Amino acid sequence: MGSALPEGDVAPADGLLPASAAEGDRGRDFGVYLHVPFCRVRCGYCDFNTYTAEELRGAKRSEYAAQAATEVGFAGRVLRESGVAERPVSTVFVGGGTPTLLPVDDLALMLDAVRREWGIVHGAEVTTEANPDSVDRASIHRLADAGFTRISFGMQSAVPHVLAVLDRTHNPERVPQVVEWAREAGLDVSLDLIYGTPGESMDDWRVSVEAALACQPDHLSAYALIVEEGTRLARQIRRGEVPEPDDDLEADKYEWLDARLAAAGYGWYELSNWAKPGHESRHNLSYWTDEDWWGIGPGAHSHIGGVRWWNVKHPAAYGQRVLSGVSPAAAREILDSATRHEERVLLETRLARGIPVVDSGAPASTVSELAREGLIEAVDVGRGDARIVLTLRGRMLADLVVRRLLGD
Amino acid sequence: MESLHRGECAETGVSPIVRPARQRVHRLARRAWQRVFADTWQNRTVHVTDEQAAQLKPGATEASRIRNFCIIAHIDHGKSTLADRMLQITGIVSDRDMRAQYLDRMDIERERGITIKSQAVRMPWAVDGEAFALNMIDTPGHVDFTYEVSRSLAACEGAILLVDAAQGIEAQTLANLYLALGNDLEIIPVLNKIDLPAAEPDKYAGELAALIGCDPSEVFRVSGKTGAGVVELLDRIVEKVPAPSGDADGPARAMIFDSVYDPYRGVVTYVRMIDGSLRPRERVQMMSTRAVHEILEIGVSSPEPTPTGGLGVGEVGYIITGVKDVRQSKVGDTVTTQARPASVALKGYAEPKPMVFSGIYPIDGSDYPVLREALDKLKLSDASLVYEPETSVALGFGFRCGFLGLLHLEIITERLEREFGLDLIATQPSVIYEVTTDDGKVAVVTNPSEFPEGKIKSVSEPVVRATILSPKSYVGAIMELCQSRRGTMQGMDYLGEDRVEMRYTLPLGEIVFDFFDQLKSRTQGYASLDYEQTGKQEADLVKVDILLQGDRVDAFSAIVHRDKAYAYGVLMTGKLRSLIPRQQFEVPIQATIGARVIARETIRALRKDVLAKCYGGDITRKRKLLEKQKEGKKRMKMIGRVEVPQNAFIAALSSDDSGKKDKK
Repeated sequence: MGSALPEGDVAPADGLLPASAAEGDRGRDFGVYLHVPFCRVRCGYCDFNTYTAEELRGAKRSEYAAQAATEVGFAGRVLRESGVAERPVSTVFVGGGTPTLLPVDDLALMLDAVRREWGIVHGAEVTTEANPDSVDRASIHRLADAGFTRISFGMQSAVPHVLAVLDRTHNPERVPQVVEWAREAGLDVSLDLIYGTPGESMDDWRVSVEAALACQPDHLSAYALIVEEGTRLARQIRRGEVPEPDDDLEADKYEWLDARLAAAGYGWYELSNWAKPGHESRHNLSYWTDEDWWGIGPGAHSHIGGVRWWNVKHPAAYGQRVLSGVSPAAAREILDSATRHEERVLLETRLARGIPVVDSGAPASTVSELAREGLIEAVDVGRGDARIVLTLRGRMLADLVVRRLLGD
Repeated sequence: MESLHRGECAETGVSPIVRPARQRVHRLARRAWQRVFADTWQNRTVHVTDEQAAQLKPGATEASRIRNFCIIAHIDHGKSTLADRMLQITGIVSDRDMRAQYLDRMDIERERGITIKSQAVRMPWAVDGEAFALNMIDTPGHVDFTYEVSRSLAACEGAILLVDAAQGIEAQTLANLYLALGNDLEIIPVLNKIDLPAAEPDKYAGELAALIGCDPSEVFRVSGKTGAGVVELLDRIVEKVPAPSGDADGPARAMIFDSVYDPYRGVVTYVRMIDGSLRPRERVQMMSTRAVHEILEIGVSSPEPTPTGGLGVGEVGYIITGVKDVRQSKVGDTVTTQARPASVALKGYAEPKPMVFSGIYPIDGSDYPVLREALDKLKLSDASLVYEPETSVALGFGFRCGFLGLLHLEIITERLEREFGLDLIATQPSVIYEVTTDDGKVAVVTNPSEFPEGKIKSVSEPVVRATILSPKSYVGAIMELCQSRRGTMQGMDYLGEDRVEMRYTLPLGEIVFDFFDQLKSRTQGYASLDYEQTGKQEADLVKVDILLQGDRVDAFSAIVHRDKAYAYGVLMTGKLRSLIPRQQFEVPIQATIGARVIARETIRALRKDVLAKCYGGDITRKRKLLEKQKEGKKRMKMIGRVEVPQNAFIAALSSDDSGKKDKK
């Protein structure tokens, strides 16, 4: 979760949603995101909303699970009072920060609160992120017992000097071990990789990818490192201490990765996500396909029927609001139809299934041109079910394609 | 009469709006100042008597009692301070007012740059019981305004050559000295700032004496700051500067030596009566245009504008006729009366002639109307500014402007930016070329885009005679620079022991291309430059175009010598390569002469334009990033299929190499 919050409209203290949020609610899945805003150390590249022990200004890790559970109760009330249909939860995702810095009992407590409030559908996808360092065999088994079905490890790289630039503290050799324990516990496994770290060579990248594949995860995410303003990495680059990321090398890494993963039986379903068939992350997909979700926790983002809001960032402020029965939302925006369309094109174009040409709103000439330029797959724009699907080259130029579809 | 004692009147009429703190500062400064001055001049009868004053009534002063002089000085050699001291010692400005006025004027000058100036001040002075009216006429201090300087000099019979005793003479001062000598002015050499610890009066007295052919003992030594030597200098002016000679009863002929636009009063025209006289309400005629106006006000500055009953032969003053544009009252023109017109105009009148041209564009295209209005306003006070609308593929709508020189260009763009709040970009300055094609047609080219296509028979360019003064240790560096700019040395002389005057002929086109900056940087700022146009020469000049994917980018076309074409091509293609973001396709950047490519760079195709990062459920952020990208696209100019950020053009046109950092 990016640390800088967007600007928006004032969010009401009671959290109530406008009537528009309930329109079409029964046709949408409902998911829950639970944010755990704690880390042992702050990684140099990271601008997510997370806090080390020293940065907590009075907020206590030990009190957090109860506060999050309180927001779950608040959320249930708001949805009921706003007339939004109650639906059992299809996906839960616990992210951070480092969720596994909390005791498993705390994570279980938060999950129970969700279960109590809305119920969780049978076969739901229930994921937690985990740092390879902060889990062991026992804790992984207890996560499975608590109802988690999936675990996503922040592997990032298998190369020590790359991990060092990223400030990641885990020993790369621990990854196969924790993956094995997760398997043993019956969990689906995803690994997160980062490419484009300053100093990472093509060979380094190959080593990392091969190491990830050797673990045989069900799912892989690979994100290009983005140097965010305000991070230590950004300062180091500005001072010339580490080199700037190289776009061409990143493109090479992406193309090599896609080919390698395809050969290993993983298909891309979003431009930074690959999975064995049937193991695509449904929670991820819900973000990109306009489903409803409630984000619990400091800085967490929610979306219900065209209303987006985000909570206050700091755990101390968050705790205070939640405990006094006030909405923790910092601001919100009620999307108009033009903005919803823009978001839809932006998000669905990045999916492997693409966006239907008719829904993109782009003129047939633009679509044909993009196909001719090799940025999207050949498409018969005349057919009603024709879809816009990025080519490999197009995926690396997705923003450009989206801008063209939206008429620049 | 009243005017002579204005200073004293002001003594009791201190403006009530002066803030107390400021007043205190003035009082303290005055006390300190009085201590310094007590010995030097306060024991002398400063003010003329009433009886003497009656002999100096404006419009009725005998020519034999008039002395017209100017001060020739380099910009920081202390002309204003000396002038202020004269105002004070002659009593037309009081001690108290002096400090106030001095400080205030500094404020305004800081604010308004070099546009504020006192054009001509009339001061009473008495020597050996005889009263005299001294007219001190201001001269602009820079190379671009040689014509204005020459008119100011033509209004005088004498000139103070004022030189900093710690720095010696500068090139522009030398040039103006030659102008003064050419006008047969009596030169009074003066070293200023003799109170400075670094002053070397003996050394520079020798230098000045050698230049004007006098004895070093005849070189005056003053301090404008302490006032030392100023009384004696005033006496000397009366003694040495000849009284004006003219036909007191002939048809009026007044020479305009300055013309200033005042938003409240219209144009204030400063004149020197050469023959005859002018009176209020008289109908006057400008001899160059035959336009007739009525004199609404006539007067002298002492130093405030003071209406008088007229101006007589030899006198200096101002007239106001209600015209609103300095073009209707041009420097150098002759004013006569409609009733009894003179038959022959005074010599030396010339239309202002722009020598340097540049395209001026607002960085924000929507400022174009503001720019147009601003130029229209500046034109009222600047007869030499010319402009016409121009369109550029790269820069949008702007104006092709003509200037007297580089400094004039700088002053105008700075005034446009500061006084009208504009952000501007100026294209590489160009001079006037005459291009003859094979079919014998001659085109006058002030903009590379006007350079004829096809076979060129010859190109002629303006040439200047340049004078460079420098410590002798930089002679090698200067010669190298001038040679690299196609200069030909005409001569070199030592001015004293360690300073050298070097004379070159140089193409003006080479001078407008950062010559001055180069000269300053190669001589640690010690060298000074002056130049004047002397004629034309044929040269092997070509137009270099810069092409982006085959499309010409007009703002970067330049007319350069064939030997420099390759370097220019390499420089510009390299700059643009580092400034233009990568596109979806490969973009060649070429420098060409006609159809021939002389330099080439390539912008490789863009391979990555995607934010492949997980922002979790923060879709808003992703969308805002997209919107920001789209905003960025709006600021792009399309050159053919290539998208170029506006600021890339600006960075490429600016002379430094900071552009590289802008690259993503």
